[in-house]
Amino acid sequence: MPENLLEVRDLTITPAGADAPVLHDVSLSLAPGERVGLIGESGSGKSLTAQSVMGLLPEELHARGQVHLQGHSGNLLEANEKTLAGLRSDIVSMVFQEPMSALNPLMRIGDQIAEVLRLHGKAPRGQIPTRVLELLRDVHMPDPDSDRFAYPHQLSGGQRQRVMLAIALANSPRLLICDEPTTALDVTVQKHMLDLIAERVSAVEAGLLFITHDLAVVAGVCDRVIVMYRGRIVESGSVDEIFTAPKHEYTRGLLASSDLEATDDRGRLFTLKTALAYSGPQIGEAEASVDVREPGDLRDEPQISTRPDHTGMSVAGSTDEDSVRTTSARDGAGAASVRDDHRTPSVRESAPLIEVSDVTRIFRGRGLFGRRRSDVTALGGIDFSVAAGARLGIVGESGSGKSTLLNILSGLDRPTTGHVRVGDIRVEAASSQALRRLRENLQIVFQDPFASLDPRMRIADIVAEPLIAAGVDKDERAARVEEMIAAVDLDQDSLRRYPHQFSGGQRQRISIARALVTRPQILVADEPVSALDVSVRAQVLNLLTDLVDEYALTLLFVSHDLGVVKHLCSEVIVMRAGQIVESGATEDIYANPQDEYTRRLIAATPSLAEALTAG
Amino acid sequence: MNPTPTSAQSPSDHVDPVALDATDATASAKIRPGRSRRSGRRANASMIIGAGLVVLIVGLALISFVWTPYDPTTIDPAARLQSGSLTHPFGTDTFGRDTLTWVMVGARITLLVGVVAVGIALLIGTPIGIISAFFAKQPWGMWIDAVIMRANDILLAFPALLLAIIFAAVYSPGTGPAMVAVGIAAIPGFARVARSGTLQVLGSEYVRAARASNRRIPAIAVVHVLPNIAGMVIVQASVAFAISVLAEAGLSFLGLGTQAPTPSWGRMLQESQQYLSTHPELALWPGVFIALAVLGFNLLGDGLRDRFDPKMEARGA
Amino acid sequence: MLTYAINRAIQFALSLLVASVVIFALMSLLPGNAAQVALGTNATPEAVASLEAQYGLDRPPLIRYLDWMGGMLTGDFGTSYVTGAEITPVIVDSVQVTAILVIAAIAVSILIAVPLGTFAALEQRNWIGVTISAISQVGIAIPNFLAAIILVIIFSLTLGWFPSQGWMAPIEGLGGFLLRLVLPVVSLALVQAAVLTRYVRSAVLDVMREDYIRTARAKGLTKTKALFAHGLRNAAIPVITVAGVQLATLLVGAVIIEQIFVLPGIGSELVRAVANRDLVAVQGIVMVLVLLVLIINLIVDILVPIVDPRIRNAA
Repeated sequence: MPENLLEVRDLTITPAGADAPVLHDVSLSLAPGERVGLIGESGSGKSLTAQSVMGLLPEELHARGQVHLQGHSGNLLEANEKTLAGLRSDIVSMVFQEPMSALNPLMRIGDQIAEVLRLHGKAPRGQIPTRVLELLRDVHMPDPDSDRFAYPHQLSGGQRQRVMLAIALANSPRLLICDEPTTALDVTVQKHMLDLIAERVSAVEAGLLFITHDLAVVAGVCDRVIVMYRGRIVESGSVDEIFTAPKHEYTRGLLASSDLEATDDRGRLFTLKTALAYSGPQIGEAEASVDVREPGDLRDEPQISTRPDHTGMSVAGSTDEDSVRTTSARDGAGAASVRDDHRTPSVRESAPLIEVSDVTRIFRGRGLFGRRRSDVTALGGIDFSVAAGARLGIVGESGSGKSTLLNILSGLDRPTTGHVRVGDIRVEAASSQALRRLRENLQIVFQDPFASLDPRMRIADIVAEPLIAAGVDKDERAARVEEMIAAVDLDQDSLRRYPHQFSGGQRQRISIARALVTRPQILVADEPVSALDVSVRAQVLNLLTDLVDEYALTLLFVSHDLGVVKHLCSEVIVMRAGQIVESGATEDIYANPQDEYTRRLIAATPSLAEALTAG
Repeated sequence: MNPTPTSAQSPSDHVDPVALDATDATASAKIRPGRSRRSGRRANASMIIGAGLVVLIVGLALISFVWTPYDPTTIDPAARLQSGSLTHPFGTDTFGRDTLTWVMVGARITLLVGVVAVGIALLIGTPIGIISAFFAKQPWGMWIDAVIMRANDILLAFPALLLAIIFAAVYSPGTGPAMVAVGIAAIPGFARVARSGTLQVLGSEYVRAARASNRRIPAIAVVHVLPNIAGMVIVQASVAFAISVLAEAGLSFLGLGTQAPTPSWGRMLQESQQYLSTHPELALWPGVFIALAVLGFNLLGDGLRDRFDPKMEARGA
Repeated sequence: MLTYAINRAIQFALSLLVASVVIFALMSLLPGNAAQVALGTNATPEAVASLEAQYGLDRPPLIRYLDWMGGMLTGDFGTSYVTGAEITPVIVDSVQVTAILVIAAIAVSILIAVPLGTFAALEQRNWIGVTISAISQVGIAIPNFLAAIILVIIFSLTLGWFPSQGWMAPIEGLGGFLLRLVLPVVSLALVQAAVLTRYVRSAVLDVMREDYIRTARAKGLTKTKALFAHGLRNAAIPVITVAGVQLATLLVGAVIIEQIFVLPGIGSELVRAVANRDLVAVQGIVMVLVLLVLIINLIVDILVPIVDPRIRNAA
């Protein structure tokens, strides 16, 4: 039998003082040069598995089992720190998720690369500077000659991740472990990074263990996939097998809920529970509706709510359901017009609900004692309008100005020049009275479910907060809050609890409840699902879709994720560096992007179907 | 990320341990880690021990109002400079006064100075810090914040003991000026803690959400800021209390604090100096109780800090 | 970096100016006046008036302030109303004694605290780490004058190794100088070392949790080597700031220690001036102490960006 590069047997990890393991009997192997994807959501144990191989497990976790690595005899779990240190970066290397903090902030990056060369004595001392330059060139740093003298804070996230890759591969290890290496990066940067990892791993003929939550990423990079769920391996097989004929229901559910192209008969994304109806990652219409009830022991959100995924929205009128269902499920524009027809005659006029014309926002640089620094143009002349009832996606990567735009729309910030009209309110010149009226009509769901709820307030108070500001009396507040919490599929019990008792997905539901409790006309969602696991993401997006229908909302959906926007929005604007580079109907822009940046963005967005056909 | 003024933090914020108090009692919140569960449990033990010591000192002071073994002012030449015995457990001083009685009554001054000084600092420093932080978030108000914080820094150049000495020089030495001086010297500590806590809260998404929900600034201050910085302020109070115990003792030791005949631990220690070679135990008891009081408040602050550690709360369960 | 340093220097000068105004206002404006204080409450109005006239106290406050400031800038802290002696030589002599004491103490405490705190962090889970933490916690609670008394009882009165008080200038005899310095320095340093140990420990613990330490280990460094190669310099940044504050605390703590050991330092002069109601001397000495505190802050502010390129570049 040819010796495996990596052999993990019965790996079980238990936290000190706890009875229940967090990782159960994990066994996996990796042949020399093989590329394996390790997939799972948060809490699945995928990173722990990797850390055990590196001997970097936190001390309060105890690992049992066997980990064998080619080139070292004996169980790595029993090796001492010195032995392990000798293997790390020599035989097995790792690239971590967080590029911003993974490099020593006080040391030039050239020195940080040189250190790893010196440590393992692979390069003769005199050649180290040349080798450092070579490595920086290999990872396509823009200007290796001067970049080696840079400190980490002077580099972008993508560049820092390149440096990490250069460090990891400096000694040509036999195995490279990548732990979510692109999760913190922008989409276009992610694409480059993935290509680079593939390229460099081939170049040094290393094996690759690629850890991620993103199925589409794995499909493009790996030969074989291992799926983990709650500390266990539930399935493994070739990329084709897993993605076209998943055996385990969790794999199927994960696949179904990550596929933003596929929807069920109601035009909703698949979730772990409705995944049975999912037929694989083809771009095609979903088939027969299947009545799905509580399959197996899977729970979408492991903590409090075990209610079925809003299959029976109590507040959803049946006639609307039917009328929506008759239209093409994925045709957002169609759905919007249907709503307009019988819902909100008052806002159905020709004049757009939101009008933004020639808006700029410049932040003045500020130095000590008034010393001027260069100004930053966050928005450089933005024009667009949104019709009542429309669903507009605002797409852009970090630094595109989308958050600034949101702040201006919601009256939290004022434009430097230009005009913003929301309804009948001129936002740039609004009195505080008018701003209050604006905010009653326009509510926001924020990105970070952990930061957007005050940790010291009960859910009831959090959801009621906009009502207090609006002067609603106590009894009505309680009634409206209860109604809203039901609308977002949470138990009434939740009202007495505090935010930390909820999972990320549940917190986003609470955020949505808070945003909608004043019955605004406009809902602004600022990356509401980017911090969520894939399966939870699908649920929250479905809930959002339901509520947008139900309350006839005008939706502004800000995201870096084109897939999500494509699913949800009828129109889209693409932003870059404070400018709108392209706008129009979502379908058109996808089918026929005019701008070069849009094209790049679309090409860079990982897609299951494409990854499979390409592979 | 967009460089909005609200999120613009000067890079020096990174290393400035904002919660640094002018003195030395314990590690600041900023360079304190979010702790593992294990050390969290141990820290809880420190809260219990700390609270126990504080209760002991407070208990001694309270009992002294209703009962003391001897009258604190009665001079008994026959019983001077005795060692510990059944009649005088802690011994007697050069005038034959009972040391235990003096320790009990001395606890009053220690606590009084602490309460008044911390009260002054908390009631002045906390609002200054909160208001300063609110100004810091306004493009037009940043200079007000800058001025307030600069004034704060200048006040930091006057450590508690130095300010108390100045007060003793200008007014006459006594407990009153000492309390006020120590209180004023502790203001910057509270202002810094309150300011950095408020800045954190104001930068959070839940305050953005509250603003987007039309909550007014006073409402945000009361509903969101105060509950979220209360923990930090309480920790600071505990630390400041320890500092004022030390300052009062030091000042009285110099003869510039509490004046005779009011019993005070610092002055007991000073008076013991003459008899160090023959009666070192005279220094023992006041010394032990000063140390216990400081230890108690420091431990309590440590334990509370772990209890209130925002990092543990935020990610919670 | 240069503009940063200039900025800090300007801030320093402004702080100094404001502090001098505060001190002057406290001393000269609030209660009665210096002449009254110097002569005591039962002095005749005529005596007070003549003293005021003698020292120009009857001039407007602004003139007196400018006079005082101008004097200090040329190294003249004025003349005592009580003794009639020049104050400047007293300050110059005594500040040297205090400087020796304080610098020696901070050096000793850093020498103790850095290794001990690092060790306590590395051995965080062992009894030895816990013991170091506990001892430092108790150490913080002991005021330096109590430490001094304990040390005197043990090493001077009982063992007789060191004199219990007194001062000898280094030129008069290096041995005697060092012998008399030991107990005061140790009393100051022990308590500061306890405080500093805790800061070092928690800074090192913080740093050990950083991602770049994990990176360093992934590169092939052992945990301990990763700490020495990457961690300590990062941990130094908060510790430098703390040590600066410590130094200021030490300076004031020295006032009491000088009293106990009868050292002719600036603290002893301050206490004597207060006791003599010599407000001119108090004012001058306080100004010098505040100046020293501000200088320490300035040094810290300039040291931090030297260690940390992020701040260097921002500045």
